[in-house]
Amino acid sequence: MNNRNEHSVSLNVNGRHYQLDIQPWVSLLDVLREHLHFTGTKKGCDHGQCGACTVLVNGKRILSCLTLGVMKDGAQITTIEGISNGENLHPVQKAFIEHDAFQCGYCTPGQICSAVGMLGENKAQTREEVQELMSGNLCRCGANKGIIDAVMAVKEGGYNE
Amino acid sequence: MPDAITELNGDIRNKLVAGGTNINDLLKYFITKADKLVDINPIKDFNSIFRLENGGVRLGALHTNADTAYDPIIEECYPLLSKAILAGASAQIRNMATNGGNLLQRTRCYYFYDINTPCNKRDPGSGCSAINGYNRIHAILGQSESCIAVFPSDMCVALAALDAVVNIDGPEGERTLPFADFHRIPGDTPHIDNNLTYGEIISGIDIPKKGFEKNYSYLKLRDRSSYSFALVSVATALDIEDSTIKEARIALGGVAHKPWRVIEAEDFLKEKQPSRENFAIAADIILEGAKGYKHNSFKIELAKRAIIRNCIMALNPETQRPGAKPSL
Repeated sequence: MNNRNEHSVSLNVNGRHYQLDIQPWVSLLDVLREHLHFTGTKKGCDHGQCGACTVLVNGKRILSCLTLGVMKDGAQITTIEGISNGENLHPVQKAFIEHDAFQCGYCTPGQICSAVGMLGENKAQTREEVQELMSGNLCRCGANKGIIDAVMAVKEGGYNE
Repeated sequence: MPDAITELNGDIRNKLVAGGTNINDLLKYFITKADKLVDINPIKDFNSIFRLENGGVRLGALHTNADTAYDPIIEECYPLLSKAILAGASAQIRNMATNGGNLLQRTRCYYFYDINTPCNKRDPGSGCSAINGYNRIHAILGQSESCIAVFPSDMCVALAALDAVVNIDGPEGERTLPFADFHRIPGDTPHIDNNLTYGEIISGIDIPKKGFEKNYSYLKLRDRSSYSFALVSVATALDIEDSTIKEARIALGGVAHKPWRVIEAEDFLKEKQPSRENFAIAADIILEGAKGYKHNSFKIELAKRAIIRNCIMALNPETQRPGAKPSL
């Protein structure tokens, strides 16, 4: 800890290593957006109610607004900027475009990270189960049907990388 | 004793953090203040699930809610617990939140969260804004003139039904508390949620061998069908032999300052037929003395119906799949 109360933290974000000095009260969300300028991850409610800030930490989807940057020292983090393989979109991204899964787009980075995390968990098989396990991501435009359509299309193998 | 407790240094302004899903939010709202946060995630001893010699299971305090719900032992032997955990929060939050933290989460009473209003839980002696305010989500059982907040956990409703035991470590050594004695009713000290003393830490939660895996059900009723706190929830666990109830456990969530069980109702069901009529009598016993307020009186009838429906669903756990309807 230095004299500005900063702690030294090492993060791997989207495959790149970062060494940072951050204050202990800074959320992971603010670390990503304000310190590292990965502004794809959105601040919706900042209270764990909307899912817009969803990122993958060590492969698991979590809410970056409800954890602290200093608690993720050494973690591997994937944000929306790291979901595609360069210019090649991830199957979930392709499916979102083709199934009209967004309108304003503000919730979309969180929705896509959440969907990628959910597919990795492999606990949802039916449409009802997908809806249940995607319920942590709100869409106030009402694109939910398209979002679930897109996820189901990926699950059914329509979008290979 | 873990180093984390030493790091607290006996100073109540220092707090522990594990999953962080509740305390980080409380800090943002200035409801909780902390001079120092001690991250307890490095305590590896608390991060596992394992079988106990008595046939039961220990849930590590730092194991996540998601890893607990999907653990093969829990899915197979304690499906009621798995169902209850998965009814709570969202997938992202369950990936972060820990078992110990689930027990220690604070109420979601709107007035507790609004620092501009009086609240005896947040600011002892300031008054209760909910009693004469908007109280749709509030308590109907065990509340006091000081506080009508409810405890919001789903997981703990199942743990109460399963007769879990909380393992505690602290400066004075290790001790255990039966689940029923862990959380408190508000009385005139609603700012004290549970019977941990300062400096103590939950190390794990033990569940006895009996998991009621044949006849169980968790029903959660709320204002939207997912990602919302319960208005009323019910955990039912039945042991049935030759069409006779040998043992019944019924715990309610969303209605009181702690998971709510009424042993008289469970005793009534012993050696009875598992019928709608008997479940209705048990429901009446559980709700005896319930008191509603301006916006939550509906919970009394809702809880009775939820108990009956959930007990019927427990007879055939298959009826708990999405879209299925219970029948008797």
